[in-house]
Amino acid sequence: MKNVKKYVIIGNGTAAAGCVEGIRSIDKECEITVISAENHPVYCRPLISYYLEGKTDVERMKYRPDDFYEKNGCKVLYGREAKRIDAKNKKVTLDNGETIEYDALCSATGSSPFVPPMQGLDTVKQKFTFMTLDDTLAIEKAIKPTSRVLIIGAGLIGLKCAEGLHGRVKSITVCDLADRVLSSILDEESAAAVQKHLENNGISFLLGDSAAKFDGNTAEMKSGVQVKFDILVLAVGVRANTSLVSETGGACKRGITVDEHMKTTVKDIYAAGDCTESKDISDGNVKVMALLPNAYIQGHCAGVNMAGGSEAFDNAVPMNSIGFFGLHIMTAGSRTDEENGGQVFDESEDGNIKKLFVKNDKLTGFVLVGNVERTGIYTSLIRSQTPLSSINFDFLRKNPNLFSFSTNYRRKNLGSVV
Amino acid sequence: MKRVYVNEEWCLGCHLCEYNCAYANSGISNMVKALKGKEIFPRIHVEGDDKITYAVSCRHCTDPMCVKSCISGALHLEDGAVCIDRDKCVGCLTCILVCPYGAIAQDENGAVQKCELCLKNANGAPACAAGCPNNAIVYEER
Repeated sequence: MKNVKKYVIIGNGTAAAGCVEGIRSIDKECEITVISAENHPVYCRPLISYYLEGKTDVERMKYRPDDFYEKNGCKVLYGREAKRIDAKNKKVTLDNGETIEYDALCSATGSSPFVPPMQGLDTVKQKFTFMTLDDTLAIEKAIKPTSRVLIIGAGLIGLKCAEGLHGRVKSITVCDLADRVLSSILDEESAAAVQKHLENNGISFLLGDSAAKFDGNTAEMKSGVQVKFDILVLAVGVRANTSLVSETGGACKRGITVDEHMKTTVKDIYAAGDCTESKDISDGNVKVMALLPNAYIQGHCAGVNMAGGSEAFDNAVPMNSIGFFGLHIMTAGSRTDEENGGQVFDESEDGNIKKLFVKNDKLTGFVLVGNVERTGIYTSLIRSQTPLSSINFDFLRKNPNLFSFSTNYRRKNLGSVV
Repeated sequence: MKRVYVNEEWCLGCHLCEYNCAYANSGISNMVKALKGKEIFPRIHVEGDDKITYAVSCRHCTDPMCVKSCISGALHLEDGAVCIDRDKCVGCLTCILVCPYGAIAQDENGAVQKCELCLKNANGAPACAAGCPNNAIVYEER
């Protein structure tokens, strides 16, 4: 008798979709159960701001075609949450008490908005987070052309929310404890340029300031400034959903610890996506890199390994391509400076910002604002850790091109299957 | 599967591939009407100096980073070819951030476009290869 394996995926986002495709690339027969807390088939989570902006709709936001689960032989349990993993007996208990057995399991549980305790927050009637399609639909329902919106957090989520709401509400104010926008990915100069562009488009900022307390429709900032609002969006940060794995004894810090095969420290339990932390090869530090590309790649990698194949993901770097009102920003890797034994090449010109960060003969990171043509050539240098002395970096840093590489490199990459 | 391959030793740097690409993807049957007096946005680009030149277009990678990274599900594989559903694309440019060859670019409207091997236009096979006067660009199985 054939032994049909049973695989369980907790979560139904990008990492889960990658995991399904990874499993099916190896094992066509096994049973796959997807536990989906959200009542939607996998959708493109980063598109929620584009939805508010009117650049997409619920139908087009689907990450995969309608027959995805059917074609891949997946059983999806919508609206169900996993409550506990019994790693010893290899089963998962759901919120309705049902248990599901597994041979291998993947935690693709993502992250949740982090809402710090703030005085008087309970007096605010219209408050939202901005992480899911349901959050987005709720915000859309609440806003009116006369709404004044206050967004707490000038990170990627807060600012994309601001852009999405622009034109649909009366005013948008964004505050952040940090003294600049997108402080996790931009340096001061590029943050200032992006902030100015957002201000020119009608977004107001209160930076280096935070809400001390709320009273109904008023926020009192630490600086003493009072902000009147109708809608509050909390985009302070996110936290990886690690509890299911940590409760089984799996190692977790900020995210679930995984190796390059996406194995956790618990036998037959894998993890992928925003709930994990892994090594950023650009600076060697272990961190949560909650990005869609990493989620898919990790999910796929987990799936292949769960099904008995072999795949490794050992060159993750943080990277972002994000735009606001037509201004594109690309960043990848990590920044360095002279104090840390690195070098900064500032190639900014004609209003475009370009900074390349180099250390130990390697490109460790970059920040580009404005012209972003062919940036992937730089990203690839970071991910491949190419020694810069092996290419014509002086030419390459002016413009990304393949001419700065050896003839052999071009022959191999343009003249054969890659 | 058949892919486009280039040989820089044979490239004349004539840029004809760029014009043939823009024409093939214009949807206009008359080449003069399609190209004359217009800024073109081809999906293949010749680069180099006065001695060495070569054309760069999508490599249709076997394990494409752009497809894995696409936040909208617009980039996908069709029988090995990397294709884009432009209706789903929101123009986030993540594909441009990750393509190691710089082979994906924006079109005249800022939307993303890439080589789809002319499989979806009237040509049915890459116009760049068909029109290359020195066989520096070929479309074949390797």
